[in-house]
Amino acid sequence: MAEYTPGQKVAIARHAGRPGTADYISALFTGFFAQKGDRQCREDPAILGGVALYKGRPVTVLGHRKGKDLQENMTYNFGMPGPEGYRKAQRLMRQAEKFRRPVITFVDTPGAYPGLEAEARGQGEAIASTLAMMSGLDVPVVTIVIGEGGSGGALALAVANRVLMLEHAVYSVLSPEGFASILWKDSGKADQAAEVMKLTAQDLVALGAADEVIPEPPGGAHENPQAVFVAVDRALSRALDRVVREGDFAQKRYEKFRGMGSLYTGRDKS
Amino acid sequence: MIDSFRQRRERMIQLKARREGKESDVPRKHIGKAVFGKCPDCGAMVPKTELARTLYVCPKCGYHHPVGAYLRLSMLLDSKSFRELDEKLSAPNALKFPGYDDKLQAARKSTGLTEGVVTARGKLDGRMAVFAVMDSRFLMGSMGVAVGEKVTRAVEYADRAKLPLIIFTASGGARMQEGILSLMQMAKTSAALARFSRNGGLYISVFTHPTTGGVTASFASLGDVTLAEPGALIGFAGPRVIEQTIGQTLPEGFQRSEYLEEHGFVDQIVPRGQMRETLSLLLQLHEKRGGEEHG
Repeated sequence: MAEYTPGQKVAIARHAGRPGTADYISALFTGFFAQKGDRQCREDPAILGGVALYKGRPVTVLGHRKGKDLQENMTYNFGMPGPEGYRKAQRLMRQAEKFRRPVITFVDTPGAYPGLEAEARGQGEAIASTLAMMSGLDVPVVTIVIGEGGSGGALALAVANRVLMLEHAVYSVLSPEGFASILWKDSGKADQAAEVMKLTAQDLVALGAADEVIPEPPGGAHENPQAVFVAVDRALSRALDRVVREGDFAQKRYEKFRGMGSLYTGRDKS
Repeated sequence: MIDSFRQRRERMIQLKARREGKESDVPRKHIGKAVFGKCPDCGAMVPKTELARTLYVCPKCGYHHPVGAYLRLSMLLDSKSFRELDEKLSAPNALKFPGYDDKLQAARKSTGLTEGVVTARGKLDGRMAVFAVMDSRFLMGSMGVAVGEKVTRAVEYADRAKLPLIIFTASGGARMQEGILSLMQMAKTSAALARFSRNGGLYISVFTHPTTGGVTASFASLGDVTLAEPGALIGFAGPRVIEQTIGQTLPEGFQRSEYLEEHGFVDQIVPRGQMRETLSLLLQLHEKRGGEEHG
């Protein structure tokens, strides 16, 4: 299998032909009923979500939606949700808990939208309250990072019992461009940033921030979407079974995120 | 014996607060024998002794200078009640990020802090509470694993001890050098606060200048009561990023405390001089009265 540099993986993860949330929903689920709107202000098409059947059982499924061309991307805001998107996600997840169905999320966003209106309507609060709400959900939650997972806007849909990542997906504290811009005042150094950021699926598993890598066909998911759907289906079904078997969903999820990052307590000799 | 411990702790916080006052970010100017601080907002030259009296608020225009964590605590806590929590806690350079260890060492040396937040237990106007105070001098108050852990432990401490929790935020967001692990601190702190909230704990969040990024998008925005110092920059995305994204200049006052209050994200803006009495009132209003219920 070809080895890719982190910079190349970022390019694959963002490839226009890469399957997105809508593709996974139509390939893996039946009877999808899309639910729109945050019931406060508007519908945010950058997050697609609703109820569907997975292997014959109802689930709540949602994820960031990117477009395949410029026209679609304008409609979906390049997969960058505003606060309304996160508030819709909260509404859907609360319903999942009410009706006792698992939550499955697909992560594929450069980040939450950094815009004037998004700030005016509380982008920070929307993400924060989604994190808090999702952490306490008393149903199984499985997340699959299918493309790029950028910053808090990605994490807000990823407080899951199991976090799976496609082989060439990336997930990071900020986009490599933003990272380079903050640290080196030069967004052109994105490739260099990708090298040091440890943002590949393999890095994340090593750091304990993701649980499992789902293999992709040679060249990446866009080369053979059917093969990817089969691999994701298999991994998702296994992850869901495992979470259901373990039970105690909220507590297990709490412990998982509680343990993120190792520490010196000042008592160890180091 | 206990008293001498208390006195020593008290001397420590006073010493650290005084050092922070002396070395605060207020631009200094010596005129004759006196030291003056220059207000970055209105340009007024104010003697440092007067600034200390006004709690580092410009007497001419009301600009709130950023203050260090210990100095902030010394403005709030009753004397002899300070006990720091997890003082020595720090995190390794998990990503082996080039130059990060040196950067941390330099920040420790210049600030006297171990990390970007100080957590403590103490009394405010006679009422015990748990405090977490961020310090923007320490790598922009960015949140890495250690900051996330100290905040989480403060939440858990408050939960166990059934004490109110007060957090003063000041942060540029997630700490880039700790990568994805920094991002995960947003989930960790938010999960702990969700639990604290379900258990009936009171959390008062106070935004100070500046609070942006991952801290705004996690624990800073989850208060039962949310306060802000006047004029603080508060947002998820920074103004520069927004301007680049939308290709236009932002309106005057955008993302300032007053703007957030107007848009419904802050209960009240509280000037520094009134912060202590406001917090005292809030603690009193939320005091649990043993078994007594409203009939």
